Amino acid sequence: MDKFTKLTGIAAPMPLVNIDTDMIIPKQFLKTIKRSGLGVNLFDEMRYTLDGKEIPEFVLNQPAYRQAQIIVAGDNFGCGSSREHAPWALLDFGIRCVISTSFADIFYNNCFKNGILPIVMPQDVVDVLMEDAKKGANARQTVDLQAQTVTTSDGRVFPFEVDAHRKDCLINGLDDIGLTMVKAKSIDSFEQKAATLRPWA
Amino acid sequence: MTARTLYDKIWDDHMVDQAEDGTCLLYIDRHLVHEVTSPQAFEGLRMTGRKVRAPQKTIAVPDHNVPTTLDRANAATMTEDSRIQVEALDKNAKDFGINYYPVSDVRQGIVHIVGPEQGWTLPGMTVVCGDSHTATHGAFGALAHGIGTSEVEHVLATQTLIQRKAKNFKVEITGSLRPGVTAKDITLSVIGATGTAGGTGYVIEYCGQAIRELSMEGRMTVCNMAIEGGARAGLIAPDEKTYAYCMGRPHAPKGAAWEAAVTYWKTLFSDEGAHWDKVITLKGEEIAPVVTWGTSPEDVLPITGKVPSPSDFTGGKVDAVQRALDYMGLTPGQNLSDIKIDTVFIGSCTNGRIEDLRAAAAILKGKKKKDGIRAMVVPGSGLVRAQAEEEGLAQIFIDAGFEWRLAGCSMCLAMNPDQLAPGERCAATSNRNFEGRQGRGGRTHLLSPAMAAAAAITGHLTDVRDLMTATV
Repeated sequence: MDKFTKLTGIAAPMPLVNIDTDMIIPKQFLKTIKRSGLGVNLFDEMRYTLDGKEIPEFVLNQPAYRQAQIIVAGDNFGCGSSREHAPWALLDFGIRCVISTSFADIFYNNCFKNGILPIVMPQDVVDVLMEDAKKGANARQTVDLQAQTVTTSDGRVFPFEVDAHRKDCLINGLDDIGLTMVKAKSIDSFEQKAATLRPWA
Repeated sequence: MTARTLYDKIWDDHMVDQAEDGTCLLYIDRHLVHEVTSPQAFEGLRMTGRKVRAPQKTIAVPDHNVPTTLDRANAATMTEDSRIQVEALDKNAKDFGINYYPVSDVRQGIVHIVGPEQGWTLPGMTVVCGDSHTATHGAFGALAHGIGTSEVEHVLATQTLIQRKAKNFKVEITGSLRPGVTAKDITLSVIGATGTAGGTGYVIEYCGQAIRELSMEGRMTVCNMAIEGGARAGLIAPDEKTYAYCMGRPHAPKGAAWEAAVTYWKTLFSDEGAHWDKVITLKGEEIAPVVTWGTSPEDVLPITGKVPSPSDFTGGKVDAVQRALDYMGLTPGQNLSDIKIDTVFIGSCTNGRIEDLRAAAAILKGKKKKDGIRAMVVPGSGLVRAQAEEEGLAQIFIDAGFEWRLAGCSMCLAMNPDQLAPGERCAATSNRNFEGRQGRGGRTHLLSPAMAAAAAITGHLTDVRDLMTATV
């Protein structure tokens, strides 16, 4: 997993609420057995016509946002299915951070496993960041995970919360499975205890 | 001892390790696997030389991609990429020695229907699957939730999941449901009341008389859509109905082990005085048959209602509603019961169980679908299909002009050939009405199996109670 420390980049405004995982990556692209290559189909049905032409109004098709690395989104981003193809597609496009007032639980988890930082901010802050993002390519926002701050293009700084374990994994690019494997003895002893308490399980 | 909720109890009994910052390692009793969200996880194991830690607790079944037409044994019925995914699961199940129900097995079906049916899902367990509708298994008082593919790999390798504890949300449904009102109407009404983000950060426990009066099938329908309300999981405390459902299932305990299990299961309820972070109460008598009109499961109204206007909403929802109405091709003020449909889909992990088919067949018996309507029933598993044939339900569907299909996820998410065309409007018993969910440009109205049957007969969204009165 790529580390996430500090990012300065273009933020794309997507004020729509309830952007679901079917919008982020429609089901026909889930038939892959790989993690890579999904960026071209990110937001496919909003981004392309039925015959595959770009829809110019869609934010990521606009010249200013084609290189976006941050999305500032409406409430409840990533609701719907558990498909990790959603963060894979975002990452493959180049998005490393999504900022919203809330995220669906599974999507939120999936982001951290893929080096993407989801940031929850109150509505008034998201409103400020959204307006800032609307200024276009010259208005770059800075996300500093170590300091836990987002800075607008004109220097306003907003703090955010993230739990310590997830922050540590992102900053150091740590593999969860490796970390858990270190606790194999605890898992062994749990299994022995459970075999007596709940032998049917 | 402190009073605890059901969620607290299951959590405590599965905690392997807790870090200082509150991050926990939770033991997983059952890991369900399907072909879409697992290939990259197995590939990860191969690349790192890791094994599946507990293959005997891991159960795989292909469901999302599989065709549901009767000729599906012919590989040409699948697109090449679908076939590759299903074949990858065949191979992974064999290579890693996990329990497997291939497409050719009569027990094959939607993973969330197969798990309970085979007795893999039992009260008090932790159950995960790379699928958000894993919440279904909460109907047994099992802590069950969807995970991403990285977490699938983590569970395969370690039989644990890194988790932080969610908050406790009590959803109480008092009283009894009126005739024509079902579990689907409960769960949609709850989402209508709380919104699709209302449960974010919570585990819901559904309780109250109306929940106790539901069958296990109905309880699975309710918990299935907990995720649509944003909750990590939905739970219902086990009771005599739960034990009766589990007893004798192939993987349920037997003899003395059964007695010991029931003794433990009887401790699985929320204690008097347990702390709830959030509570809502709905009156069972006031719940009506409902339908969705928009492109989010929270866009739900009684069938007697009218299509709302964006001006009825505030904040970000104003634009979202305008977008939804444009997408759905609806006009504010239109009666919901005047909306004409093209297609009826009965099936899915939400409503693909025997009781759902019985409810739909009860409405369809001796009647025909309206001319020009495309209608299909996709049983949730091969065993549900067989039982429906034995009970004569299949013949009722066939006589009514429905296609009688083989088991799979089918048109719920349209990863197989069962899809809507652009603009095609569907009355669906599934769980998501998102843009493009059932096919690009397709328009989905979520409702109960009985309501879907009623819509098939009249050709428009219909209050099933009108048809019930007519038959009395």
